[in-house]
Amino acid sequence: MNQPLQRSVGGEPVCSQGLRPLCSAERETLGVRECTCISDESDGLLEFCDVPLKEKKLLEVKLGELPSWILMRDFTPSGIAGAFQRGYYRYYNKYVNVKKGSIAGLSMVLAAYVFLNYCRSYKELKHERLRKYH
Amino acid sequence: MNENLFTSFITPVILGLPLVTLIVLFPSLLFPTSNRLVSNRFVTLQQWMLQLVSKQMMSIHNSKGQTWTLMLMSLILFIGSTNLLGLLPHSFTPTTQLSMNLGMAIPLWAGAVITGFRNKTKASLAHFLPQGTPTPLIPMLVIIETISLFIQPMALAVRLTANITAGHLLIHLIGGATLALMSISTTTALITFTILILLTILEFAVAMIQAYVFTLLVSLYLHNNT
Repeated sequence: MNQPLQRSVGGEPVCSQGLRPLCSAERETLGVRECTCISDESDGLLEFCDVPLKEKKLLEVKLGELPSWILMRDFTPSGIAGAFQRGYYRYYNKYVNVKKGSIAGLSMVLAAYVFLNYCRSYKELKHERLRKYH
Repeated sequence: MNENLFTSFITPVILGLPLVTLIVLFPSLLFPTSNRLVSNRFVTLQQWMLQLVSKQMMSIHNSKGQTWTLMLMSLILFIGSTNLLGLLPHSFTPTTQLSMNLGMAIPLWAGAVITGFRNKTKASLAHFLPQGTPTPLIPMLVIIETISLFIQPMALAVRLTANITAGHLLIHLIGGATLALMSISTTTALITFTILILLTILEFAVAMIQAYVFTLLVSLYLHNNT
C-alpha cells in the first residue's frame, strides 16, 4: 500500500494517482517533514477524530480550550530551548536553506532586529517627536 | 540634545535584565553552519569569504601560529558583524563599550606574549631592543620598548572603541543637523545630506577595516612570539 515518496522541487510531497501523502508533524522533526504515500481509500481509518489536546496545533485549538492548551505547553528550560530551535529551523529551512535563496531571507531578519531595537528605545525616542508640547 | 546624543551608547537593560547579552549573541544567528559539501547560497558565500580572509591572514604564520586560526577568524567575524549591525538604525553596538574591547584585547595580547616568553624566551626578550642601536641609548630604548609593549592591549581596545563611537556620534550629529536645517535652508540641508551619505559609506568601510586591523595586530603580536 505504501509507496516511496516522490518529492517535487518545491518541497511539497507528491504522490502518484490514487494515493495521498501523510506527513509527520513539522514540529517534531525540526522543520523537515517525513511523508509517505497512502492509499486514498483508507480515509476513514487513518483520520483521528479525537486528537488529544496536547498535540493540537494552535490554529486547531478551540477558543474555549485555549487556557488549558497554554497551561499544558512545556515550559521547562529544555522545552523553551526546543521551541526556539524549532522556530529557528522553520525560518531557516523556508527562506535560507533553499536552492535559490535571495536577499529577502537575511533582510527580514535585519528588519525584525531594527524593529525590536526601536521598540526597546521607544522611551527615549518619543521625546524627539516634532510636537510643540511633549 | 546633550542627553539624546549619548543615550544610544547606554547598555540596554530591560526590567533590570541585561538585554545586551542577547544583542551580543545575535550575530551568531547570522552565521549558520552546514555539514554539506554543496550548501545553500548564504552558507557558500560565507565559506568563500572566510576562506579568503583566513588565507590572507594566516599564511605568514608557522604551524604553531596557525593553531590560532580559529580564534582569529572568529574574532574578525565577530567584530566585523557587530560593527556592521551597529550601522542599522536604532541598534546598539557592543564594540562601543570599552569594557568589551578590553575584554577582547587583553587576553589575546597576553596569550601571544606569554606564549612567546614560555617557548622562545630569548627571542621574545630580544624584541625589547631593536637591531643596530648605539650602545649609550640601550637603557632608554629598553624602557621605551617595554612601555610600548604594555601599551599594545590598551591601544587595541581604545582604537576600536574610539573609531566606532566617533563614527556613530558623527552620524547622529550630522543627521540631526540635516533635520534642523531642513526648515531653515533646503540647499544647506541637501549639502549636509550628501555629507551624511558619504559618512555612512565611510562608516561601512571603517566597520570592516577596524575588524581587520584588530585581528591583524593580534596576528602580528602572535607572529613575533611564535
